[in-house]
Amino acid sequence: MIWKIVVGLKSGVTDARGNRALKDIREHLGIALRSVRTQDVYAVDAQLSAKEAELVAHGPFSDPVIQDVAINQPLSQDFDMLVEVGFRPGVTDNTGRTAKEAIQYLTGRPFGAEEGVYTSTQYLFKGLDDKALAEKIVTDLLANGLIQRWTITSAGETEPEIDANTIPRVIGQTTGDVRMIDLQVSDAELLQISRDGMLALTLEEMHTIRDHFTDSAVIAQRKACGLGPMVTDVELEALAQTWSEHCKHKIFAAKVLYEDDKGEQLQIDSLFKTYIVGATREVRKNLGEKDFCLSVFKDNAGVIEFNNEWSLVFKVETHNSPSALDPYGGALTGIVGVNRDGMGTGMGARLIFNTDVFCFASPFYDRELPPRLLHPRRIFEGVVEGVEHGGNKSGVPTINGSIQFDERFAGKPLVYCGTAAIMPRLLHGKPCHEKKVHVGDHIVMTGGRIGKDGIHGATFSSEELHEGSPVTAVQIGDPITQRKMFDFLLLARDRGLYHSITDNGAGGLSSSVGEMAEDTGGFELHLDRAPLKYQGLRPWEILISEAQERMTLAVPPDKLDELISLAREMDVEATDLGVFTASGYFHCLYQGRTVCCLSMEFIHEGVPQMQLPARWIPPSVREPAIVEPTDYAQVLEQLLGRLNVCSKESVVRRYDHEVQAGTVVKPLSGVCNDGPSDAAVFRPLLDSFEGVVVAHGICPSYSDIDTYHMMACAIDEGLRNYVATGGNIDHVAGLDNFCWCDPVFSEKTPDGHYKAAQLVRANQALYDYCVAFGVPLISGKDSMKNDYQIGDRKISIPPTVLFSVIGKIDDVRTAVTMDVKKPGDLVYLLGRTEDELGGSEYYAEAGHLGANVPKVDAATALRRYQTVNRAQEVGLIASCHDLSDGGLGVALAESAFAGGFGMNIDLALIDAPMGLRSDRLLFSESQSRLLVTVHPQHQAAFEEIFSGQNCSLIGEVVENPELIVCDGDDRMIIRVPLARMKDAWQAPLREM
Amino acid sequence: MIANVRAMVISGFGTNCEREVAHACRLAGAETDIVHISTLLTGRVRLDDYHFLNLAGGFLDGDDLGSAKAGANRLTHARVAGRQHSLADDLRRFVAAGKLIMGVCNGFQLLVKMGLLPSFDSDFRQSCTLTFNDRGRFEDRWCNLQVNTASPCVYTAGITEMYLPVRHGEGKFVTDSPQTLARLEKDHLVVARYADASGQPTADYPANPNGSVAAIAGICDPSGRIFGLMPHPEAYLHRTHHPRWTRENLPEEGMGLQLYRNAVNFIAADLL
Repeated sequence: MIWKIVVGLKSGVTDARGNRALKDIREHLGIALRSVRTQDVYAVDAQLSAKEAELVAHGPFSDPVIQDVAINQPLSQDFDMLVEVGFRPGVTDNTGRTAKEAIQYLTGRPFGAEEGVYTSTQYLFKGLDDKALAEKIVTDLLANGLIQRWTITSAGETEPEIDANTIPRVIGQTTGDVRMIDLQVSDAELLQISRDGMLALTLEEMHTIRDHFTDSAVIAQRKACGLGPMVTDVELEALAQTWSEHCKHKIFAAKVLYEDDKGEQLQIDSLFKTYIVGATREVRKNLGEKDFCLSVFKDNAGVIEFNNEWSLVFKVETHNSPSALDPYGGALTGIVGVNRDGMGTGMGARLIFNTDVFCFASPFYDRELPPRLLHPRRIFEGVVEGVEHGGNKSGVPTINGSIQFDERFAGKPLVYCGTAAIMPRLLHGKPCHEKKVHVGDHIVMTGGRIGKDGIHGATFSSEELHEGSPVTAVQIGDPITQRKMFDFLLLARDRGLYHSITDNGAGGLSSSVGEMAEDTGGFELHLDRAPLKYQGLRPWEILISEAQERMTLAVPPDKLDELISLAREMDVEATDLGVFTASGYFHCLYQGRTVCCLSMEFIHEGVPQMQLPARWIPPSVREPAIVEPTDYAQVLEQLLGRLNVCSKESVVRRYDHEVQAGTVVKPLSGVCNDGPSDAAVFRPLLDSFEGVVVAHGICPSYSDIDTYHMMACAIDEGLRNYVATGGNIDHVAGLDNFCWCDPVFSEKTPDGHYKAAQLVRANQALYDYCVAFGVPLISGKDSMKNDYQIGDRKISIPPTVLFSVIGKIDDVRTAVTMDVKKPGDLVYLLGRTEDELGGSEYYAEAGHLGANVPKVDAATALRRYQTVNRAQEVGLIASCHDLSDGGLGVALAESAFAGGFGMNIDLALIDAPMGLRSDRLLFSESQSRLLVTVHPQHQAAFEEIFSGQNCSLIGEVVENPELIVCDGDDRMIIRVPLARMKDAWQAPLREM
Repeated sequence: MIANVRAMVISGFGTNCEREVAHACRLAGAETDIVHISTLLTGRVRLDDYHFLNLAGGFLDGDDLGSAKAGANRLTHARVAGRQHSLADDLRRFVAAGKLIMGVCNGFQLLVKMGLLPSFDSDFRQSCTLTFNDRGRFEDRWCNLQVNTASPCVYTAGITEMYLPVRHGEGKFVTDSPQTLARLEKDHLVVARYADASGQPTADYPANPNGSVAAIAGICDPSGRIFGLMPHPEAYLHRTHHPRWTRENLPEEGMGLQLYRNAVNFIAADLL
């Protein structure tokens, strides 16, 4: 029978979750309820005696100090409306899984295959008698119909019965059914096959597949392994996954025909190879013996040297499309997914920190939203909660991040999740960052089980968000299953139990096994041996499911038993699915019967190269005529309160940024622990003072003028944040994450040529500036279809590149924070201020874009950064803060209020073109500038070290907590208390 | 290294802070092993061979059934291979032998929910709990703590105040009755309280980050040998852990380390 166990708080106990819901219902929806109480429901579908059910209910399921329980009866009748929200069948239910394990420990009996625990949450509303309004609260706030379902009961009605039909059990019979697909059809039908199957294959790609299957040699070979001439669904799905934009990066691999505004033409054979790999090759050549790269572009993450004994691993991913549909699950899987990239690099690495950067529309968006889009506030809330659970529960500190806002991110939010990890330089005498599968190694899948979740994730994210975007692409991560697996894998690594490892991400087994098998040239995979979450999966679904928390290992035959028994001991699942071969074939079987046999060469090399025309016509932009402000203090406060500038403390505090005890410069700095740090410094080895510095740059607002300079500014911003905190500019690597709107010209994308040209220009800047700064790129990722299109409504995101940097600080005790330290300290501005307000926060506040986008002079900037490093090493710098959004004005305010001391500043002392107006001096976003404070006793040494560079003494730190800015004629244009500025800066997102 | 003080830090199933806790134990002079729960369940490593047990922070089983609930259930019911008892039996024997247990954050939650704290009359009955912060959110925040110098707690001997980070979503301390609270107070089992800038206990957010009754941040059992604390002492072992180390003159050693030193010294003096 099914036991329904309801757990609720005793009366008088604060219901924090209920109160949070009450507040959110009021603030998000403007509906005032009297109260909301919450209760947890466990539907236990298992053979339990009444006594056992009692033991479970009063044992692991409830806390006797604060909770009451009811079994098979309502716990409380004290409500006007009762809403119960549970999962849809097949959606990951982590609490249900833990509850099941708890019952098994308690009874000592394992659950049968059909048994399970299904959880739901009850919300007891008071002060609401309108069912329609309750429905609105559920759909707009409490539940997501893609993954959840609910019932609503009003007072006096009986709660719906719970039975075998109402629990979300997946019902289905597993069959080995394989469909044959006839590709000898018209072009229209080929496209229909692609569209209906969510394959995202183009007509040209469908032709390539069709032609391959008509080759007589191919037909003969297929006959030999028992297959007919028609492609099987397993094969077509495997091809679609492998050839998807998400996995194959077809746009970055395309042949681009680029024409610039002067009519000059350029043919580029792969943007990736030309500009990204090309830049790294050039940088490494220039570094010569000082090259610190160990593994670039070929693995799940990049690897660089940390010291003689340890290597650093870094990767940043995006998880945009899933986060648009289910922000919580999307972001959670984003973070636990990128964690597997770190774990799956080389022979495996231990995770040390996460980074998170989000791009959203304003959470205060108040106009009508197009269909299928969630309100930006829900996206914000859900994504932050997802990353919170993903990072915190995994024991990985989240130490660096930011949030960018632009209305266009309502169409697709961007969710960047990064992970760094550390591995020994040598493992059993061999470089740990290398791995190789041997012929005869077993294919072992470990971690979670396979379900329908995540099917077509790779192809789905290779398309714009549209009406038919699949529900199965939405999944919920399970950090604990993954944590258990990682504990097991690190032990297995150190015991030498496998030859190679990779994660199961996009494309599932199809991708992981397919890629590993490139080492040997083939594999034989038995799909029926894979452990399933539930019955009802077909062979192709098992192959491409993106169910989370799984890694694939290549295990030599003589280590197989030891590996499997270690896994069992640690309560981790590990299953032998077949062997790696040298057959030349991507070979899958189901109960001994071949269901897929594709040549390795065709699946990996067969995709035709895309042709991508690109034409650069500079947008017509011009500088606005803005009247000089009369009240500068007010303007500064407005800028401090802009979403792109304001404090993100409410988000930062929800992330554990200190677990592992390595975070030396935390995301928040200063006298009240609330100033915005430029970068994070992390000490990965508890017995060493060597540290890792991580930072990033992201400037989508400049893309509307010229993506070349957007890219240059993002690189400079990342490096300047890094250097400001003490990162060594000579030992730093970059990682690019491109998020673009579709740049392929079509009926749907008539401006494709321009968007493609924007992409080319960003790549050109990436090459130019990485080479000029001497920063190798070590890994990256692109996400190219960040558009929303339903009906004739299209929203394309602004082209956005996140440029993350990771590098080294030899001694963390020389790190510098951004808060001013002492009255009497001298304030310097490093770098020259130009009339560069195009795309600035100041212009945006006035409703303008402008034309003068900031430009980066890499040679001057590099020399400055190297000099800053020298000054930091000898302790000449008391504080250092980068100038970015909002320019000098914002940087002055932040450094002052973070440090708790005022400043007297004279704009006339700034190095800038003659006659530049004060608003431009204060709010220009010229790059490569740093605001530095220096103790007076170091004045001479500091000025000496910077002689011949742009270094202006512009004022001093004062005891009086006010920012005072004069414009040269001793005319005071700003005099504002720190508290007022800080409040303006903290207010906007304080209650998020 | 003080001869033969042996510390164990339990790991696995969502424990996250085992490395830094082990580092703290080693800095304090204990011979320290990180032992996975699954290894304990094989019976290959025995709790009896140690003096100082550390239950570190984390999210046991994701805290899915409430913080540390599923973890407590595992220790209570999972059998050690080849023997007739559970890890909870081992734990009770460990306690009876007068050995030391410190639980931090999730470890504190585990101790309370297994009835090991406060365990007034060694009855192992749960009388207190740690539940959701009043604000309903996880928070990472450094807090001032006032230490009760009248407490029998062996870990806080000689300490009057501490500054440590909390990193939890379920840290609000409550008791099952006013009598329990009164007895905790009377027996001086309240070891640490959240305090304001002047060092006085407070009910006000954010100085009291979770709404704990009587601002309770940590308690011990009547012997003072079992100690639970929500803030993380292992997160402040060196001055560079302090959030303001770049602007304040701080001693090289962080405030958290003394708790581990006191434990190790106590064992060396009393248990060896």
